[in-house]
Amino acid sequence: MAQPLGVGDRAFDPEGLGVPGPAAVAAAGSGARGGVRRWWRRFARNPGAVFGLAVFLGIVAMAVLAPVLAPHDPIAQGVGKPLERPSAAHWAGTDSFGRDIMSRIIYGARVALVVGLVAVLLAMVIGVTLGLISGYYGGIVDTVIMRIMDGLFAFPIIILAIAMMAVMGFGVRNVIIAVAVGFIAPFARVTRGDVLAVKEEPYIEAARLAGVGSVAIIFQHVLPNVLAPIIVQGALRVSGAIITESGLSFLGLGPPPPTPAWGRMIAEGQTFIVMAPHIATIPGIALMLAIVALNLLGDGLRDTLDPRMRR
Amino acid sequence: MSGPAPGLEVKNLTVEFSSEDGPLRAVDEVSFHIQRGEIVGLVGESGAGKSLTSEAIMGLIRRPPGRIDGEVWFGGRDLLSLAEPELARIRGKDIAMIFQNPSASLNPVFRVGDQMLEAMALHLPEPRATLRERVVENLARVGISSPRARAHDYPHQFSGGMAQRVMIGMGVSCVPSLLIADEPTTALDVTIQAQVLALIRRLARELGVAVLLVSHDLGIISQMCHRVLVMYAGRVVEEASVATIFRAPAHPYTRGLIECLPRLDGNGRLGAIAGMMPGLRALPTGCRFHPRCPIAEPRCADESPVLRPLATGRAVACHLAGVS
Amino acid sequence: MVRFFLSRLGQTLAVLFTVSVIIFALMRMIPGDPVLMRLGDDFTQAAYDRLRGELGFDRSIVTQYLIWIRAVLSGDLGDSFLNHERVSKLVLDAFVPTLTLVVASVIVGLLIAVPSGIIAAMRKDSAWDYGSMGFAIFVYSMPAFWKGIVLIWIFSVYLGWFPAMGYVHPWTDLSQGLWRLVLPAVTLGTFFSGLVARIIRSSLLEVLDQDYVKAARARGVRQAALVYKHALANALIPVVTVIGLQFGTLLGGAVLTETVFAIPGMGRLSVSAILNRDYSVVQGAILVGVFAVVVVNLLVDLLYAFLNPRIRVA
Repeated sequence: MAQPLGVGDRAFDPEGLGVPGPAAVAAAGSGARGGVRRWWRRFARNPGAVFGLAVFLGIVAMAVLAPVLAPHDPIAQGVGKPLERPSAAHWAGTDSFGRDIMSRIIYGARVALVVGLVAVLLAMVIGVTLGLISGYYGGIVDTVIMRIMDGLFAFPIIILAIAMMAVMGFGVRNVIIAVAVGFIAPFARVTRGDVLAVKEEPYIEAARLAGVGSVAIIFQHVLPNVLAPIIVQGALRVSGAIITESGLSFLGLGPPPPTPAWGRMIAEGQTFIVMAPHIATIPGIALMLAIVALNLLGDGLRDTLDPRMRR
Repeated sequence: MSGPAPGLEVKNLTVEFSSEDGPLRAVDEVSFHIQRGEIVGLVGESGAGKSLTSEAIMGLIRRPPGRIDGEVWFGGRDLLSLAEPELARIRGKDIAMIFQNPSASLNPVFRVGDQMLEAMALHLPEPRATLRERVVENLARVGISSPRARAHDYPHQFSGGMAQRVMIGMGVSCVPSLLIADEPTTALDVTIQAQVLALIRRLARELGVAVLLVSHDLGIISQMCHRVLVMYAGRVVEEASVATIFRAPAHPYTRGLIECLPRLDGNGRLGAIAGMMPGLRALPTGCRFHPRCPIAEPRCADESPVLRPLATGRAVACHLAGVS
Repeated sequence: MVRFFLSRLGQTLAVLFTVSVIIFALMRMIPGDPVLMRLGDDFTQAAYDRLRGELGFDRSIVTQYLIWIRAVLSGDLGDSFLNHERVSKLVLDAFVPTLTLVVASVIVGLLIAVPSGIIAAMRKDSAWDYGSMGFAIFVYSMPAFWKGIVLIWIFSVYLGWFPAMGYVHPWTDLSQGLWRLVLPAVTLGTFFSGLVARIIRSSLLEVLDQDYVKAARARGVRQAALVYKHALANALIPVVTVIGLQFGTLLGGAVLTETVFAIPGMGRLSVSAILNRDYSVVQGAILVGVFAVVVVNLLVDLLYAFLNPRIRVA
């Protein structure tokens, strides 16, 4: 039946991320050893994805090696004249307190990455567990969990994060929790959908008939088969987490000063946009680079798993 | 269109696609003709190139990546040489085509009557009000009950068989000289199949429309057609009247196909042709059927047999034709 | 269709309920004594005890929730801790500019995305295709607040074409209102267009491959009508759904964009309320915001059902 699109066929994809379902992933070949090399070759064919991976690794390196790379102490005031334009001494100029912006950008990568990766990891663990339980056991457990997820899902992430910051107060740890909570629902939903699909597979029934306990089935049989799309989801979400964190710190709700956070640096820079535009613009370039890289990386991972999707 | 001149004449039609492994020939030098009032069958397995042949005639194949050579003469013009606007004028008016999946062939967001009206308004000079009446008449003619009401319905409200009737109605709405039916009943229930085929036959007779019936089902071909063309791996391997084909098939492939049919007087075992039709990337040299042919000789692997006439209205592409 | 509407309505009510519980729970988790906070400087033991009774803090948590939700449903969102104004008035006053910004952004976004997506699909794999899709990824990845600042820098500070801040209701003063909306709407709108352009492109490509387009072409329908009538009518329907789904994201983006452009909307209201510990305003703002998202989702679903004949005409 010809249908106007959006109905039926493909696994429901509310945010247009195009994440492939478990069947597609399995079809794309999931053998362990030779599979990894094959995947890498397919991945490497996508120039955008490779670029994204390279930039991402570069940022990670930057964050890890920050004490070595940064020319100055990021929170030390007065290392240069305040509001100085980019120069040989200060590649990104200085801010209103005379701090070296380049160093602050380098250290800012730490906050961004820590929040982005840890928050997504946390959300993944909780969300996937909920999705597994909900999908596998079904019934009232499923309904209750999914209703809660629906409620959470209705919150725009930044608004939920704002609400949680109001409750918990500021600081990196709370930012991580706030961002994580926002991403639990998407992970739970997607996992549940995939679990529902996998649940009907013959090997699950075979395991059950052989007397394997539910928990073992979930973790040994169901989870490995839904894992790959989840990892792709995760990769795609890290950029969202970083955007959310930078938005929060832009609003003043992030890690408190003087900790360098890209969002806050941009906010501070807005006041001086007329005489010192570099304060706001340059950290933003770093932020954007990180996000573009992660988006390309996520797209590349998704295409590697199921090249039939999208393009 | 009048007189004994052929309605459609296809000469050396070739359809190629470019690929990583080089150009792939899906249709190779296919030639045939269809007269007014004839029902000609094009039979072969899936992938033999039947649908592509009919799509090439209609100009529905996208030119890059496809490449089409040869000539398709219709109404005194070579369709392959015409530009798109010219072709659009002929499509739906002089040549019509119906497809395999009728439910998928109707736009789901437009009413059925509107879709038929659109096609007619493109080709016929009458005012829309008149055409609206014609739409209702067409629907009635193809056996849709309550046609006036049904014209306001959406495609999903029609069953497969009904949808195919609608498609047929659309196909003949401008009284074409040629109707191409590409596997028109493959997606339908067997009981509905008979009705749809009967409809096509009746309309062809009433309106004098020539029909090119593409199918993999020899049973349908035998019921409907006057003449048959057998295609294999992109080539025509035999051409004969229906009676002759079934009585005395000349090509080993045709013989094999007919032996695969269950018979009332048979010995219970269904025949089979060993092997599979080759994919386009792995075409055999010489005669494309020779790896599976029970009477193949060394010559068959070296030389491609040409379609040559055996008798009037009969042609075979086999080195050993005439040997029973 | 009616059945669809009822089931979606039921779902929406369930979600609204869950949302209200979540917000209620969150606000209860704020450290500190809410009654004390409400009284602020007007503290007396008598007032404390009375207010405590009024607000139901001496009763079970479920009762407290019921008291609260009943007040909410009758439009009473409480009073601001700071200046004792009605929260409902504050929130509604702030909601209007935010909504205006979102609507303007959607319009700008569609104006960019629809032609861009169509052309990219029609000229698949051409320079235009890669260029416009690359541009789409680019603007989609740019954080909205940074993009706003950069736009201010270029168009306001450097070129002086548009104002850097401020907001005027377009219905009070059309030209002023629109002029001030341009930069913020472009900021948020380009983000939206980045998302939608890609969806239109892939949706259109998929539709153009469908049998009914081939069948229409076989009937003699011309290329232009095939694309703009037959294909687009189907391809644009999922876009409607996307707009609905992204309303939440747009609202979130509006919160940030408002801060950049000093628009007196929900963003500014919520953030200053948090910094001032004015929790009843925070609660009210978030409640209204999320409720709006849920309601818009419902409306969009209904619109989709209306546009899709398979649901509209059972």
